Amino acid sequence: MTEFFGIPAPVLFGQLLLGLINGAFYAILSLGLAVIFGLLNIINFTHGAQYMMGAFTAWMLLNWLGLGYWWALLLAPLLVGASGILIERLLLKRLAGLDHLYGLLLTFGLALVIQGLYRDAFGSTGLPYAIPAELRGGQNLGFMFLPNYRAWVVVVSLAVCLATWLVIEKTRLGSYLRAATENPTLVQAMGVDVPKMVTLTYGFGVALAAFAGVLAAPIYQVSPLMGADLIIVVFAVVVIGGMGSILGSIVTGFGLGVIEGLTKVFWPEASSTVIFVIMAIVLLLRPAGLFGRAG
Amino acid sequence: MAGPPILEVDELHAWYGESHVLHGMRFHVREGEVVTLLGRNGAGKSTTIKAVMGVVPKRSGSIRIRGVETIALPPHRIARLGIAWCPEERGIFASLSVLENLLLPPVVAEGGLSRAAVLSLFPNLAERLSSQGTKLSGGEQQMLAIARILRTGARLLLLDEPTEGLAPVIVQQIGRTIRKLKAEGFTILLVEQNFRFAARLADRHYIVEHGRVVDEIAASDIGPGQDRLVAHLAV
Repeated sequence: MTEFFGIPAPVLFGQLLLGLINGAFYAILSLGLAVIFGLLNIINFTHGAQYMMGAFTAWMLLNWLGLGYWWALLLAPLLVGASGILIERLLLKRLAGLDHLYGLLLTFGLALVIQGLYRDAFGSTGLPYAIPAELRGGQNLGFMFLPNYRAWVVVVSLAVCLATWLVIEKTRLGSYLRAATENPTLVQAMGVDVPKMVTLTYGFGVALAAFAGVLAAPIYQVSPLMGADLIIVVFAVVVIGGMGSILGSIVTGFGLGVIEGLTKVFWPEASSTVIFVIMAIVLLLRPAGLFGRAG
Repeated sequence: MAGPPILEVDELHAWYGESHVLHGMRFHVREGEVVTLLGRNGAGKSTTIKAVMGVVPKRSGSIRIRGVETIALPPHRIARLGIAWCPEERGIFASLSVLENLLLPPVVAEGGLSRAAVLSLFPNLAERLSSQGTKLSGGEQQMLAIARILRTGARLLLLDEPTEGLAPVIVQQIGRTIRKLKAEGFTILLVEQNFRFAARLADRHYIVEHGRVVDEIAASDIGPGQDRLVAHLAV
């Protein structure tokens, strides 16, 4: 059997794949956070709960309405995104111009309330969600076994991240978004309905979280706390990448997933802390993050 | 000659938090006119322009644009009445290229200049389209800030100190541009500290002091009015 540094190839590549999968979730979630922070100046602590809502919406669509995975992939982001729009209109809007701390408190409180409601309704043990029939099985690549569903998650996450990046960097809508991130007042005075753009941006960021939740449902258990566990790591990813940087959040998300996976192979004891160690080092050397603009 | 009033401001008050900045501004601008607001630093000239655009935190009174009362409208609705603002700090976006900055403001009405026409007014910009917006020199940024609002079809332009901090040769170029725009029928409300610059361009001048208009001088009275001006503006 092929070995690298004394590690059997299937083990190494298996962990690398696992790292990429985790990285895919880090990337989509931190991308949503970055987009929201850029325009709303709010650190959306509800993000983990909204990711969980995406997974639960998929579960409810399947078990209550008989709508399968593909419908969930479309409907869950729309439904959870709409709930985000409601939150923005009713609550977040009122925080405009106040200190970051208020947005943080509000979204953190909301996350606790949402998680509590789901725990009350569904209990805290996880619910199973089956891999869709089209994506069962896997490929034997010779050096490792690649489950189809995991390959799908990596590919579709990359595609969603790249599409979002392209829209923001290369389109007219994206230029409004970037300009409004810098100076919302001037952009609004040019005739762009910035308040509506802010609302839709929050809805989009939340929809991204829900999309990640649907992708995650067949891999992890659908449970009320699935987002709370993940979001701590995602915040570290955001800090490392640089608050509000779009490309930074994508690259850092995938990169840190892979680093975490490799750490599991070479130094398993450190795997759960490696991201936070990297965060501490980055904060010491580049306080604005790897891709952040200083100041 | 000048047409009907296109901007009518009456009893305009504005506040930044607790600080009461405008105390009943009253003036008007007719279609096709170039009108200046002159006054010392802190007199409320820029705040007046911001109040017209709806971007001050609190305002009251009456601002009518082509007869439409705008005092309660949000800024994006005001802009869509065909009015455009070139802010004092220019507002060039660092995360956008020169071309993206130029194309950013949405078209709000028919009759804007084409991209080619805008670039022929400001040939320097044509060579820098792919640069980052804030990599331009101060003069070029000012030209970009004016250029991008000419595309939108807005016929009423609010220019806030377009010559501030610029070299004389660039000031002259901006002066020629404003004259050209006037000839093409644009209506311009100009805020200036540079009276020599403003005197050659404007049809009328309003003197602003402590947040209200204290005098109005027509360009034809500029000879005899000069003493009044000096009296108002002397530091």
